[in-house]
Amino acid sequence: MITKRIIPCLDVRNGRVVKGVNFKGISDVADPVELADLYSKSGADELVFYDITASFEERTIFTDILKKTAERVFIPLTVGGGINTLDDFARVLACGADKVSVNSGAIKDPSLVKQAAKRYGDQCVVLSVDAKRVDGEFRVFAKGGREDTGIEAVGWIKRLTGEGAGEVVLNSIDTDGVRRGFDLEMLRAVSEAVNVPVIASGGAGCADDFIELFKTLPRVDAGLAAGIFHFGEVTIPELKKELKRNGVNVRC
Amino acid sequence: MTAIIDYGVGNLFSLKCSFGAVGAGAEVTGDPEKIRAADRIILPGVGAFGDATEKLSERGLDKLVIEEAERGKPLLGICLGMQLLFDKSFEYGEHMGLGLIPGEVKPIPAGLKIPHIGWNALEFNKKTPLFKYIKDGDHAYFVHSYYADCPDNFVSAYTEYGARLTASVESGNVFGCQFHPEKSGDVGLNILRAFCEL
Repeated sequence: MITKRIIPCLDVRNGRVVKGVNFKGISDVADPVELADLYSKSGADELVFYDITASFEERTIFTDILKKTAERVFIPLTVGGGINTLDDFARVLACGADKVSVNSGAIKDPSLVKQAAKRYGDQCVVLSVDAKRVDGEFRVFAKGGREDTGIEAVGWIKRLTGEGAGEVVLNSIDTDGVRRGFDLEMLRAVSEAVNVPVIASGGAGCADDFIELFKTLPRVDAGLAAGIFHFGEVTIPELKKELKRNGVNVRC
Repeated sequence: MTAIIDYGVGNLFSLKCSFGAVGAGAEVTGDPEKIRAADRIILPGVGAFGDATEKLSERGLDKLVIEEAERGKPLLGICLGMQLLFDKSFEYGEHMGLGLIPGEVKPIPAGLKIPHIGWNALEFNKKTPLFKYIKDGDHAYFVHSYYADCPDNFVSAYTEYGARLTASVESGNVFGCQFHPEKSGDVGLNILRAFCEL
């Protein structure tokens, strides 16, 4: 049977991996190519590269890093950040990305998902959503979690998976960086509403959080985290061993 | 030298790099002369079946691939490239494939999550030289929405996804993997290494 995936996320800015807490307080941690290689060797099932660069020059550094990673890391690479047009898809796919994650770009122009799915296939288009509780509903936020779009998240995700998004990354702003576990309530609502793979993001603090995630929500396919892996608090081989011991099917 | 056929679909960068990682030479090319001169051929592919067959035939590469396979040259189709080896596909209509292996490409049964994305175990079904460096139960990375329905004697491995799906096929010198060996870590690289030794 298909295994549950463990996905480290590398936020890249100006050629380095950085990690923010609650999207703020960024600190420098590592060389992205080295870190990607290390994760691949330690059993990561996939990597997400998130481009948080601001300028054109930095973007060139980012695609360069992506290329160098694809040259030596042979597991799937998903790229997100600053994907607003089909040209952005083409740019990162040419550098070795396998999947492309859209977030704000889909909010600005929802037809981007359909166009990209038509050109590259559903499996290439990952819908990434930053969501937060507002007035008793889950609300989609834009601009790295700073702007309330007023869009209800579950309906939004249903709509865009219907239009060709082949996978969903759900990042709960409410639990992101807090390290007290994934947002099971939000993940339940989304994973029960769609029939594509769902990747949980935001809140992992220890191995038990992943065990709880997959045990409680069997429809969730993968867990994504950044800081806990970057700082070595949880190592992937240990995490997978723990998951296996608890009856979760993982690739070891 | 291995020729990775470039016919205008998908990104072949990682695939090319994966051959470097196993110490084998590979060239991404759409040039018929280079493909004829190559020791072996990779038929890659992402996207839709109909679009891919159209692009192959526009370039005359469909006939070339069939000719080279019939001459006995090792051919490996990957993902959509594997699906192209069959008689026909029902992806957005009905399209004829290369007909190198009997079978039809159909949607993954309803009720299962589609696409089938992730690492799944290979269940060996028959002995194949491609698996000489890997073992039964090893995981490979899949990403697809259609699967090949083909006679059991051509299936070298299955994978279980709520339905039993064809993971890899073989007919003489013609091979196919539904999964992506270039994205399946050491297991995938070992499959490519074995292919390069054919």
